[in-house]
Amino acid sequence: MSGFGITVAFWILAALTLASAGGVMASRNLIHAVLFLIVAFLGVSGFFILLSADFLAMAQIIIYVGAISVLILFAIVLTPRAERDNSETSMVLPALLLGTTLAAVLLFVLYDANWNVTNVEPGLSAEVLGSALLSVWVLPFELASVLLTAALVGALMIVRRQEDEEGDSAS
Amino acid sequence: MTLTLEHFLTVSILLFAMGLVIALSKRNSIGILMGVELMLNAVNLVLITFARFGESTMSITGHAFVAFIITVAAAEAAVALALVISVYRTRGTIEVDRLKLLRF
Repeated sequence: MSGFGITVAFWILAALTLASAGGVMASRNLIHAVLFLIVAFLGVSGFFILLSADFLAMAQIIIYVGAISVLILFAIVLTPRAERDNSETSMVLPALLLGTTLAAVLLFVLYDANWNVTNVEPGLSAEVLGSALLSVWVLPFELASVLLTAALVGALMIVRRQEDEEGDSAS
Repeated sequence: MTLTLEHFLTVSILLFAMGLVIALSKRNSIGILMGVELMLNAVNLVLITFARFGESTMSITGHAFVAFIITVAAAEAAVALALVISVYRTRGTIEVDRLKLLRF
């Protein structure tokens, strides 16, 4: 995979994604952290486009940027008197140590291993993915729809107020 | 300059480590959830990278796996945020340090 435009796009996306992940870590305000998180999601979808996974890039934008970020913002707005700050607990130093160690070990494995790579474009498209989802993975596909329904009903039941249930039974 | 497998995997390893640090160290439970989402994104990036560069005739498997991970992540985020709102209603806070009813 070479070419001037692709290389420049990769480095810009890498800087954008990692800097906004650092922004999620560093920003003190929770709303700012969510906005940084949206930029990180957009950067990852840019990587998906670079790796010619066009359908998943669109799914990433619609689901992560469009749905999950809005859900997180709603959760922040619905907890009005909670603390808005995004500070760390006293475990920040052990967490940093663990994160650095994990990254170092994984990077060592990555550069030490002898990967069997090819540079041929696999020719994957949304059409191939769709037919694979409805032939080989049709059972997990249906289970995913059941899971989404269960998550929807479960989330509604969890946030339901106690008074609402009493009002329902009285009426 | 040619982009290789190592470039993309380095980015996703760094993203995963940052998500891990955020998930382990944040005080606010919504902040912890953001770290988990970043880690899921890093794993998706690894799978897509191997689907593009790996030597296999079944590369579409990686894409299908990522589609399922995105589905499960959406369900997980919905349930987790519902739990956050429910905990806020009963306890008045969502800071994990102060949610210690089960600890003595």
